[in-house]
Amino acid sequence: MSAIEIQGLEKVYSVGFWRTRPKRALYPLQLAVEDGEIFGFLGPNGAGKTTTLKLLMGLVFPTAGSARILGQHWTDPAVKAQIGFLPEQPYFYDYLTAHELLNYYAQLSGVPAKQRTRKVEDVLQRVGLKDVKGVQLRKFSKGMLQRAGIAQAILHDPKLIFLDEPMSGLDPIGRREVRDLMEELKARGKTVFFSTHILSDAEALCDRVAIIHQGKLRGEGAVEELTSSVQGQVEVVWQGTQVPASVKALGGECHVTGETTRAVLPETKQDAAIDALRRERLRLVSIIPLRTSLEAYFVEKVQHVETSAGGKV
Amino acid sequence: MSARLYYIASNTFREAVRDRVLYNLIAFALLLSAAAILVGQISMSIEKLVVINLGLTAVSLFGVVIAIFVGISLVSKEIEKRTLYTVLSRPVRRWEFIIGKFFGLAGTLVVNTFFMAIGVFAALLYVAHHFTRPDALMLVAFYFIILEFSIICALALLFSSFSTPLLSAIFAFSLFVIGSYSDDLRSFAAAATGPTHWLTTAVSYLVPNFSALNVISAVAHGQSLSGQLILHNTLYALSYTALALSGAVLIFERRNLK
Repeated sequence: MSAIEIQGLEKVYSVGFWRTRPKRALYPLQLAVEDGEIFGFLGPNGAGKTTTLKLLMGLVFPTAGSARILGQHWTDPAVKAQIGFLPEQPYFYDYLTAHELLNYYAQLSGVPAKQRTRKVEDVLQRVGLKDVKGVQLRKFSKGMLQRAGIAQAILHDPKLIFLDEPMSGLDPIGRREVRDLMEELKARGKTVFFSTHILSDAEALCDRVAIIHQGKLRGEGAVEELTSSVQGQVEVVWQGTQVPASVKALGGECHVTGETTRAVLPETKQDAAIDALRRERLRLVSIIPLRTSLEAYFVEKVQHVETSAGGKV
Repeated sequence: MSARLYYIASNTFREAVRDRVLYNLIAFALLLSAAAILVGQISMSIEKLVVINLGLTAVSLFGVVIAIFVGISLVSKEIEKRTLYTVLSRPVRRWEFIIGKFFGLAGTLVVNTFFMAIGVFAALLYVAHHFTRPDALMLVAFYFIILEFSIICALALLFSSFSTPLLSAIFAFSLFVIGSYSDDLRSFAAAATGPTHWLTTAVSYLVPNFSALNVISAVAHGQSLSGQLILHNTLYALSYTALALSGAVLIFERRNLK
């Protein structure tokens, strides 16, 4: 079962006061997120990531389209008891202590009174805020607020967790902890949908990603598929410093490093290169398919759009 | 009443209690009661009249200021600071949020009025040295003041569900002022002719009738208040509050939280 099925969800805002004009924030979006996966929703700032999350949370209303979350219509209040949400740069009731805040959210989420204290204490421990649970949130740093935000998103043990830029404001240790937490959630069978523009996080964590830019979906798939399909090149390394003319003729770049030579060639020329090396009796060391980083894939997708739109890059 | 309404109302109450501005206003109201005592001492034989008039008016005005300025920020602050996002992404319906906020603020004002009432009774005891039976009518005046707060809270919420805090404050305060003179407006409407008559009649019935809820002068002069007036005012205030809250809910249910 898909944890999230988005069917043509789109959003057009009216901007202006007297003479309003339409401003499209999201083109019809088709997207499915499978149960139990970590799904990265990637895009530059203003791409439509937060709009999509707000639509799914029922904070803004779609111009058209619909969605199903955990098999139910996304506006069904029963769905909301099973999801957790961390907004971008969260801000909480700063007159409350961390403990009071989480207790309030536990009440609103319908956590039974008997379990409430234990769940709040557990999640405070989990995000490292137990020692400051009696401190008002107005005295919290940005990183501590982010931890409180993550705590409120997971405290009621939801099946599906939406995180909007969860690494924002965190130091390297905090980011590492959030990564570990997301992996732990996955190991416990939870589905995590998170938006980010930090691609290294997405590459390290996600099973699948989608790239959105200027309100349109630009690419979607497993991280490995996306990164291998772009470049389609192989790195061929052989012993010695000799570069046969037949290998040069294949069109790749060759570099001599110490006692070995490295050539980067199109995948289609791989067999021809091996034959050439055999003919020259050169010892093959390795053939490695070159994978493009997610960052390169992302930049390629975004630049492609911007170049088509008038070469802004 | 759903448990979520209670939780939202409790949190709203807690926010108001922890807000230092609210404490200042209570302190200011107490200071005004002290001023009433002073005025009472220099007003030969009419000390009691002055203390009741000044005390009840102060309770009403300070409550109205709190109702408007806290009421208009109840929704807008939650949107502006995005605290609403983590509330509405839970199994909380939008109408529960609005009604919970209303009860939280109304509860705050009831508690606030209770303490101010103690101050006014203490001031009265100070100048008169004992209570008389007509002094109990002040309880009716306090009850009407609370009904007035209920209408103003609902109006503040209604305006803040679609407008900016500044405009909401202007709208709510204007309605309070016009509503306080609704009797005069109705008299003017009765005397007017043509389109002016229809327009002023419509406006006089549309604005909240705070004149009917103002019994301060009658209470100060020890005039009796009929049970019918209490019933009518109660039904009127509850209906007006319900209508204003329904409007707030209807607007908020359709609002995009950008």
